[in-house]
Amino acid sequence: MNSKSKYLSTPYIFWAVSFILIPLCMIFYYGLTDKTGAFTLENISAMLTAEHSKALLLSLGLSLLSTMICLLLAYPLAMILNGMQVSQHSFIVFIFILPMWMNFLLRTLAWQTLLEKTGVINSVLSFLHLPALNIINTPSAIVLGMVYNFLPFMVLPIYNVLGKIDTNVVNAARDLGANGVQTFWKVILPLSLPGVISGITMVFVPALTTFVISNLLGGSKILLIGNVIEQEFTQASNWHLGSGLSIVLMLFIIVNMALSAIFDKDGEGSML
Amino acid sequence: MKEKLIDLVGITKSYGDNIVLDDLNLYIRENEFLTLLGPSGCGKTTTLRIIGGFETPDKGQVLSGGKDITKLPPNKRQLNTVFQKYALFPHMNIAENIAFGLKIKNKSKAYIDDKIKYALKLVNLDGYEKRMPDSLSGGQQQRIAIARAIVNEPKVLLLDEPLGALDLKLRQDMQYELIRLKNELGITFIYVTHDQEEALTMSDTIVVMNQGYIQQIGTPESIYNEPENAFVADFIGDSNIIPSIMVHDELVNILGARFACVDKGFGDNQPVDVVIRPEDVELTAPSAGTIEGTVSHLIFKGVHYEMEVMANGFEWLVHSTVMHPVGEKVGIRVDPFNIQIMNKPASEDEEAIGIDEQ
Repeated sequence: MNSKSKYLSTPYIFWAVSFILIPLCMIFYYGLTDKTGAFTLENISAMLTAEHSKALLLSLGLSLLSTMICLLLAYPLAMILNGMQVSQHSFIVFIFILPMWMNFLLRTLAWQTLLEKTGVINSVLSFLHLPALNIINTPSAIVLGMVYNFLPFMVLPIYNVLGKIDTNVVNAARDLGANGVQTFWKVILPLSLPGVISGITMVFVPALTTFVISNLLGGSKILLIGNVIEQEFTQASNWHLGSGLSIVLMLFIIVNMALSAIFDKDGEGSML
Repeated sequence: MKEKLIDLVGITKSYGDNIVLDDLNLYIRENEFLTLLGPSGCGKTTTLRIIGGFETPDKGQVLSGGKDITKLPPNKRQLNTVFQKYALFPHMNIAENIAFGLKIKNKSKAYIDDKIKYALKLVNLDGYEKRMPDSLSGGQQQRIAIARAIVNEPKVLLLDEPLGALDLKLRQDMQYELIRLKNELGITFIYVTHDQEEALTMSDTIVVMNQGYIQQIGTPESIYNEPENAFVADFIGDSNIIPSIMVHDELVNILGARFACVDKGFGDNQPVDVVIRPEDVELTAPSAGTIEGTVSHLIFKGVHYEMEVMANGFEWLVHSTVMHPVGEKVGIRVDPFNIQIMNKPASEDEEAIGIDEQ
């Protein structure tokens, strides 16, 4: 890099230092100190208390479940898209990312209205004399919200990586005697792993940390770790505890990112 | 006569309005090296893909040993393909690549290991088992692709411009390698290329194609020496193609001068095309030739001089080891045996169009 183009990164460095690095340092400062400012690990170990670990396990469980559902929905869809001609698939991709143009909060609020006990879905069901659907304020509603909001983040990287697989490599597998199923397991799936790992990261990380979806669709009864942290900051005003719990949560995310970096060395699965 | 291994009957294939193959009939005999030769878009690769099972013809049948295999998927066919860009599995090492087809067939580990060793030896890449495909050069990857195909002991090996991505020297080496492999293994090769030199070097039989039609089928010698139409003459090597009149048997009027030839049966006073290879044009003293002309261009080509001689309104392409400077008056003489008479193209499909695109 020559000396002049180096300066082009100055605005971003300024941005990164003020809005990423400094806040991160503050989280570590608050997380590792108590109210008197003395060093402590109590905020970290607080994750082990029954209340917090329950929320963390629930978060992990629901976000893993959502990630799995997204994967099962997205992989076949990405394969179908990949098999289509360009004119058709770009339209479907467009349709697919269209909801992402709407505000995330609005979309989730819409689900709340749809799922409510006297909401749109139940009105239709009772009109048809069918049993009512009571999933609002349950983990199911949260999973639904997560899958709905994060599905495109799974589809796009997988679709992207499938498109890069040389059709002759797939043909070669068929040519060497593999049937469709064998070709999938031995060639297509292994070659698409970078996209899958990338998709898992892009769904799992926001699902693990979300508090909006659980707030809106889980009512106040279901506390995810995201909600617990949010409450420490907004209601209990205990920044120390909130930061401590955040640091623990960060560990899970870093582990996930590290896994994804190992599997996706060439950045093939990177999304856009 | 050896039996027909693959028989294509009345194959027609089109993509939308674009007819790629039109009523193609072709058979391949056992242990033959058959080359499909033609410019891009002539339908040669489509023909290969139909034989391999990657395309289904709109009309017609593919027969193998008398059985109809037109609708059989590629994995059920007893043939293997070597793809243009190698198409090795990038996530497997060389041994795993070669073992792929054998593992699918549930061969024993000992058998597979033996085969890998044997195949790598055959393509002169012993000891490459643990390497990954992307650490190999293009030529090496192509050898592995060939090894991966032949361990399955196919009856027919399909090769789709396998040397297209290699540089000239490597390509020539690989040509000899392929001929050696074919002789050692006794496998039938169907080879697709647009390179006429490659086709002449390696083939037992050449099928010259253009615009979905077969232009000529024959041995390299007959294709080169006796092209049946202007397209074949122009596509294979350099040539002078001159519209002429067949006066009667064994006499042709070329550009107003009478040349003796050896062809018969074209009728009297019929318009024909005459092909004369540049190395068959003899330059003599002005008075000693059948017609007289002036040298207009001269290029030194190494093995020979390439000259253009303007005579009777036609620019004759001449290859000779004797140099005649530009402006010199020369006579042109052609041995009757070296004058190849061809019928005028019956349809425009046979015309020598599309060659300049190459």
